[in-house]
Amino acid sequence: MATTALTPAATTYRTGLYEWLTTTDHKKIGILYLVNSFIFFGLGGLLALGVRAELAVPGLQFVDEQLYNQLFTMHASFMLFLFVIPILAGFANYVVPLQIGAPDMAFPRINALSFWMLPLAGIIMATGFLTGGGAAAAGWTSYSPLSQDAYSGTGMDLWIVAVVLIGTSSILGAINFLVTIFKMRAPGMTMFRLPILVWTALVTSVLVVLATPVLASALIMLFIDRNYGGHFFDPASGGNAVLWQNVFWFYSHPAVYIMILIGMGIVSEILPVFSRKPLFGYKAFVFATAGIGALGFSVWAHHMFTTGAVYLPFFSFMTFLIAIPTGVKMFNWIATLYRGQLTLSTPLLFALGFLSMFLLGGINGAFSAVVPVDFAIHDTYWVVAHIHYVLFGGSVFAVFAGVYYWFPKMTGRMLNETLGKIQFVVMFIGLNLTFFPQHQLGLSGMPRRIADYSSTAGWNDANLWSTIGSLLIAVSILPFFWNVFISLRGGSIAGDDPWEGNTLEWATSSPPPPYNFDRLPDIHSERPLFDARHRREAVPALTVGPDASGHAEISAALGRPHDSPDSGSLAKGMDRSHGQ
Amino acid sequence: MTTSERAMTVSRGTGADHGAAAGHGTGISNPILGMLLFITSEVMFFAGLFAAYFNVRAAAPAWPPADLADKLHILPLVGPATVLLVLSSFTCQIGVWAIRRNDRRGLVRAIGVTFVLGVTFLAMQAIDYALLYEDGLRLDSGPFGTTYYTLTGFHGAHVLGGVLMLGVVLYRGMAGQFSSRHHDMVEATSMYWHFVDVVWILLFSLLYLLPGTGGGH
Ligand code: HEM
Ligand SMILES: [Cu+2]
Repeated sequence: MATTALTPAATTYRTGLYEWLTTTDHKKIGILYLVNSFIFFGLGGLLALGVRAELAVPGLQFVDEQLYNQLFTMHASFMLFLFVIPILAGFANYVVPLQIGAPDMAFPRINALSFWMLPLAGIIMATGFLTGGGAAAAGWTSYSPLSQDAYSGTGMDLWIVAVVLIGTSSILGAINFLVTIFKMRAPGMTMFRLPILVWTALVTSVLVVLATPVLASALIMLFIDRNYGGHFFDPASGGNAVLWQNVFWFYSHPAVYIMILIGMGIVSEILPVFSRKPLFGYKAFVFATAGIGALGFSVWAHHMFTTGAVYLPFFSFMTFLIAIPTGVKMFNWIATLYRGQLTLSTPLLFALGFLSMFLLGGINGAFSAVVPVDFAIHDTYWVVAHIHYVLFGGSVFAVFAGVYYWFPKMTGRMLNETLGKIQFVVMFIGLNLTFFPQHQLGLSGMPRRIADYSSTAGWNDANLWSTIGSLLIAVSILPFFWNVFISLRGGSIAGDDPWEGNTLEWATSSPPPPYNFDRLPDIHSERPLFDARHRREAVPALTVGPDASGHAEISAALGRPHDSPDSGSLAKGMDRSHGQ
Repeated sequence: MTTSERAMTVSRGTGADHGAAAGHGTGISNPILGMLLFITSEVMFFAGLFAAYFNVRAAAPAWPPADLADKLHILPLVGPATVLLVLSSFTCQIGVWAIRRNDRRGLVRAIGVTFVLGVTFLAMQAIDYALLYEDGLRLDSGPFGTTYYTLTGFHGAHVLGGVLMLGVVLYRGMAGQFSSRHHDMVEATSMYWHFVDVVWILLFSLLYLLPGTGGGH
């Protein structure tokens, strides 16, 4: 392929620190998002190791209760607000404009602003550790009255400020995505030809625009309570503690979809490519995504069953209802794999990890959705197991699948497959070793958020296994960092389209030029590259001409104008036949 | 294609044009769609505050509580301020209509009036705050005071934001930067201003017109 003559060293990516600090290029901003998020992933991971170390055996060995509370609060806050949410936005930042054939986001400077608020917020939140009272310690849920000034210090205020900043960043980013997706699509890229990742970014953005401001309002009210003698959430003075839970979960349940939908999008991009089939049931998938988004607003109180202040049958029913679109997706993914020609590369491995772990997370979530069962397992380690199967087994696996999938596009170099597989296997085992025993801990009544437990409660073994598992997870990160390090310097050259992808980002060089595309292929389906690739095979058979054999590379096929009026339907025909 | 070939055959501009092509002719412009979405998020922000208001109000034994009853007065300040703000929505719209006709002078005049009305509203609210404060209605005087100042305060902050935007529009309008074809910022600012106005009408009805409960007022 001629285009692969473009070596990574020859690109505009090596133009210095200043360029990176001032860039408004969505691709660089996307990479900044990823790097920043991985830093907080590392920090959050260290905090988690602190938590697991303390819990390995009964007794207080390393930290006191106060510090323990800070550890788990900051762990969750880093992981949710500064890792999962931003890194998915980072993938979307990098990929969405490319996949819709746009030169950049709609508002590039606002895009840069959205990013730079994140490290700032992270620093503000982390400085809590330096204040007298320590960092925020009321849990990532910051329930009142625990989060009121009587019980928590300056770290809590810094936490509030940081989360408001992150929320603002998300909102601006979401508006940017929506305008980009609605207004910047290349000719031919209709809504029902959008790649699934773009759809998930769209629905996520709608959720952010509608839900995140509510969190901002709740946080500001909490801030007023704490600092200006307000009376919103403090029951001692006419406020209402359950009100906090209502506004918080009105945001945070939709937020769990903000934390997974783009991950589902990533997986939905990868499965078809690595099983050489189109995604099964494209439209069903789109509607399921939209359905999850809409239903997501009607289930928040399943986090509050035990408050006695919510209408149980309604919220339980709606929670089960939401399992339907999720099940549709599961079905579509599996049907996509079914009888595909699977290539077991690292991206697919992580995608398969996602499928299996997310399925488990959905099943154990469904237990909590049954009200009487939830009365027994609410606030126990069962819930901790649930959130880690969906968020680690789900979102984090999707993130790694995405890294392995798009790293070649971002850098022009492949990641090492062997190291990738080692990482996957160790991480997969570590994850299950850490979190599967927590089901049993939950069932036998171990509450979450405790620093110590009795040695006679029967929780010793499972806790020790869990801690060992967490060390395994930490170990699994090492080959990943090493992989990135060596591949950036000496990984094999990727070329434009190392995976034979379906979507437009693979139609340009790796990494793409600042303006993204020299020219775009015709877009007649959600898999324009597939169409382009197969048109050149199909054309000779149908239009026997002198130049029919001269197009041995995609870029040539891409550059060609319409061969004939029906080249679009031809591509569609190919599409179907290939789909078996 | 090699890098040098690319550099020769494709300029930055054509790449950008290509991607933006779908945006042409589909009506609404990017900044205006962005503003509409931003307003949507603001609606949700206020929805959160309103929800909290209704919640603490419903939980209170009396609203307003006996010691704070009769503190809020429509006259002499709040009523007239409301009228001015509603009026300013109209003047703002007149400005938009003017620039759509390419009437730059009309735009500047109308936005100037709107700007002054906005500032006046803020000044009247500040005076009202001072009076209320002296009268004993404070941010920390129970849920009543907390919700009153939080809701009106956040609205006031949005008015301030709107006034700043109007100031920029005014400045750019005087510099002749808008025309009937290029005035997205005018349209977007006016949308925002209307939104701020609508929020105030809701707030005013809620805080001043809705009858109290429990205490007999
Ligand atoms: C079929 C899908 C799901 C169902 C039925 C479900 C159900 C539930 C229920 C009922 C709870 C509350 C348990 C309790 O506190 O007693 C819960 C908690 C939670 N879920 Fe899910 N869930 C599902 C999917 C997800 C997904 C996809 C995510 C995120 C990616 C997620 C993240 C969480 C988190 C973070 C919590 C714990 C919040 C906390 O208290 O700290 N869930 N889930
Ligand atoms: Cu939930």
